[in-house]
Amino acid sequence: MTNDETKKAVLDIIADIAPDEDLSNLKSDLRLRDQVQLDSMDFLDIVMELRKRHGIEVPEAEYGKLASLDSCAEYLTPKFNALEAKR
Amino acid sequence: MNSRSHYEVVILGAGLSGLAAGVRLAHFGKKVCIFERHNAPGGLNSFYSINGRKFDVGLHAVTNYVPQGVRGTALSRVLRQLRIDRSELDLCEQRQSRITFGKSQPVTLNFNNQFAFFESEVAKHFPLEVDGLKRLVERIKATDYSPQAPVLSARAVIKEFIHDPLLEDMLLCVPLFYGSAQEGDMSYSQFAMLFQASILEGLARPFDGIRPLIKVLLDKYRAGGGERRMKCGVKRIKVNAGKVSVLILDSEEEITADVVLSSIGALETTALIDNQSNADSNLQSSPHVTEGRISFAETISVYKGEPLELGFGQDTALFFNDSDRLDYSAPKTQIDTRCGVVCIPNNFIFGADRKMPEGIVKITCLANYSLWTNLSDEKYKADKEAWYMQMQRSALKYYPSANEHQLKGSLIQSDMFTPKTVKRFTGHLNGAIYGSPTKNISGTTAISNLYLCGTDQGFLGIIGAMLSGVTMANTHILTKGGVEA
Repeated sequence: MTNDETKKAVLDIIADIAPDEDLSNLKSDLRLRDQVQLDSMDFLDIVMELRKRHGIEVPEAEYGKLASLDSCAEYLTPKFNALEAKR
Repeated sequence: MNSRSHYEVVILGAGLSGLAAGVRLAHFGKKVCIFERHNAPGGLNSFYSINGRKFDVGLHAVTNYVPQGVRGTALSRVLRQLRIDRSELDLCEQRQSRITFGKSQPVTLNFNNQFAFFESEVAKHFPLEVDGLKRLVERIKATDYSPQAPVLSARAVIKEFIHDPLLEDMLLCVPLFYGSAQEGDMSYSQFAMLFQASILEGLARPFDGIRPLIKVLLDKYRAGGGERRMKCGVKRIKVNAGKVSVLILDSEEEITADVVLSSIGALETTALIDNQSNADSNLQSSPHVTEGRISFAETISVYKGEPLELGFGQDTALFFNDSDRLDYSAPKTQIDTRCGVVCIPNNFIFGADRKMPEGIVKITCLANYSLWTNLSDEKYKADKEAWYMQMQRSALKYYPSANEHQLKGSLIQSDMFTPKTVKRFTGHLNGAIYGSPTKNISGTTAISNLYLCGTDQGFLGIIGAMLSGVTMANTHILTKGGVEA
């Protein structure tokens, strides 16, 4: 899994959670929260969809790592790869 | 031998809160089953047919309407959480509604989905109060809805900003009629929630009423793998060591569950708890839960032609009262026709190409549960007919262009529900539409794996009920001990 693929996986989740948001011009180094309207319930859903779709666990203490697309990629790509390696 | 079915979550009641909770839980892979005693889903907001004509039970309007693109409100939160595309609900805005109150010289405040319009109406009739209204609205927008927030009286808070008792009653009436289980007053947070939902946000209706909304929920629930048992309620709950151990169904079948989410009411749930296993089980350790007494009668009249042409004007809803003060309480007579609500489903903005085939006028008044029960079938029927006429007359006073004779000629069909009907179809004690005046915002009970959602949890209205199911499912099941919702 590449960083770009991770970002795409996260964007797919956000697109399903918040179909009313325009995700076409997101800057990957800026906080998601500052670019699309996501509240705490929505962030929780991102975490839960990661678990449901990809089997990735994000402990509560690490929710902050999902702040931007770049930080998502940095944090989640190794997790995706670790899971792939196990398969 | 153990042949009991086991579920991770059992939900009592297929009303909007139970269905919404089910959609969330099924979506995230929980093995969940909803048990509903009746054959139709929807609970308080169900539907039925007579002679092939479809009726909605509860729906006057869906509150919490905000235009497409407005986010961060209850509506957008519910849609996102349930993965519902807004277009699936087909929400059509109200035209205009009004509150007409007063004995000798009635005052009318019109309102629509633009709050500035309502504010201008208040400025016109109560020029000295408009600054107070603005400050009250600021207060409402900043309301703390957390379970820890102190319980205040809505009237007491309104009085801090509004001095004219007539305006106080008029500001209270929409929240009272659309959600108060308490007589005379309501808790401030419930008032704020409903004022926000109905006056600051707005009223809307799916063109086809409640059915498409329920269908969306059922489809999502099924798609997520949720199970549903209709015509099969839970009749007893066995508790062991402070936990639900077994649920006994109407069919005598026994099932087990890790967690139980009950939408059927606090006292109604307590009544199911097996006495022998839990001698003095009270669901809530404190405060004491009181029985609701607020119930309604509602007439539904189906006319040939548009209500507009029959003299009902453009009003979507009318809140009326012809007494000095609004008396929102269980009446001493079978029905209190002094105050009530008229709702005309035709008067939503469906667009140029869509029109309801017939005119529908609903009239809702407070009613006394005990005076409608224990009547002989014959007397019940006769009383219904007599009160139907009285309710029409009291409402028609507010529509001077409508004439009783012409209406009679255009009437195709009519129906009426009473508190007895409400009790029969919802199971609510005393036919109390809005449940107990004691709300349990946290949803937790003295039984560690039993939680409440729906009416007695305290989020109100159709969107509120769904938000209740979503929030309780999130907080107590999906993210137990996790992030605040």
